[in-house]
Amino acid sequence: MRSVLFACFIMLGIMAKAQNGYQVGDVAADFNLKNVDGKNVSLASYEKAKGYIVVFTCNTCPVAKIYQDRVEALNKTYAVKGYPVIAINTNDPLASPGDSFVKMQERAKEKNFSYAYLEDPNHVYTKKYGAMKTPHVFVLQKTAKGNEVAYIGAIDNDQEDTNASKITFVQNAINSLLKGEKPAVTSTKAVGCSIKWKKEATSK
Amino acid sequence: MKYLFTLSLFFTFIVANAQVKLLTLNDLDKRLAKGKDTTYIINFWATWCGPCIEELPHFEKINKEAAKQPIKVILVSLDFKSKLKTAVIPFVVKNKINSEVYVINEPDQQLFIEKVDKNWSGAIPATLFVNTNKKVRQFYEKEFSYNELIETLEKLK
Repeated sequence: MRSVLFACFIMLGIMAKAQNGYQVGDVAADFNLKNVDGKNVSLASYEKAKGYIVVFTCNTCPVAKIYQDRVEALNKTYAVKGYPVIAINTNDPLASPGDSFVKMQERAKEKNFSYAYLEDPNHVYTKKYGAMKTPHVFVLQKTAKGNEVAYIGAIDNDQEDTNASKITFVQNAINSLLKGEKPAVTSTKAVGCSIKWKKEATSK
Repeated sequence: MKYLFTLSLFFTFIVANAQVKLLTLNDLDKRLAKGKDTTYIINFWATWCGPCIEELPHFEKINKEAAKQPIKVILVSLDFKSKLKTAVIPFVVKNKINSEVYVINEPDQQLFIEKVDKNWSGAIPATLFVNTNKKVRQFYEKEFSYNELIETLEKLK
């Protein structure tokens, strides 16, 4: 009985941790996920990187789609400076057929993505990082501790892209990191699409 | 001529029914504060959000069935302000939405998300239950079935 209780507590602990995900300052886990070109990609694949722009996104969310060109621009600007974009699709292909691997490949080709676009079967890294919606950005910085989370949140504060004086959160954060400074703003919130979770076999 | 008149009446009716206004959080707070014993169900949705549109009929059903009770459904769309006339009103007309519908009018998403609930990630659908007299304010970042809405309301009684 006691061991059962104990196991329950451990499970609770694991679940709570999985739900909370990373905070700024945490060390992010590396992954090894399939890219749209069929090859696996991990953080360690980018040997010269100083950090990473990990974008949890998908094919189907209108907010994620409206940001696709801005994500591309981020990669064009910052990959050469040591901060490549790695996009990860959060959605389960059964729950959201538009997010199948084939559809991901189609989108990447159509939009000519210059960055990796990875699938995340069973939401393992979506949960581990604590992505709650699409798009949801995690900027990582390589430090002595590992790949440290430096920023979590939105790309900018102007989804419709109509305000010339918008605040470009991700760019600002990376510009600070490149100067050897801590970003002034380390977490932001924006409206996004809920993640299309895999339906559990046990439910109904 | 008579036909035209009927037609114009018909359109006036539709347009009147599809009154969708802009709403700031301040407007909403004032409205809720005046509600006294009314339980407000404020659903945050958007015309582009699939799961939101799937659950809208449950909110409509509650609003209809609870007409004689102090329960009020307010649908707050997070569509872009610029989409009020091109997306939100056509959607409300097409789907014959009877609940009150507003489009959020806040320039800073970050601020309004935090103000609605500090635990909200910004993902929609999301729903807020408020009863001023009972000092109830409960926020859920999830989809609701009709039964879950009923259960949540029961718990607030």
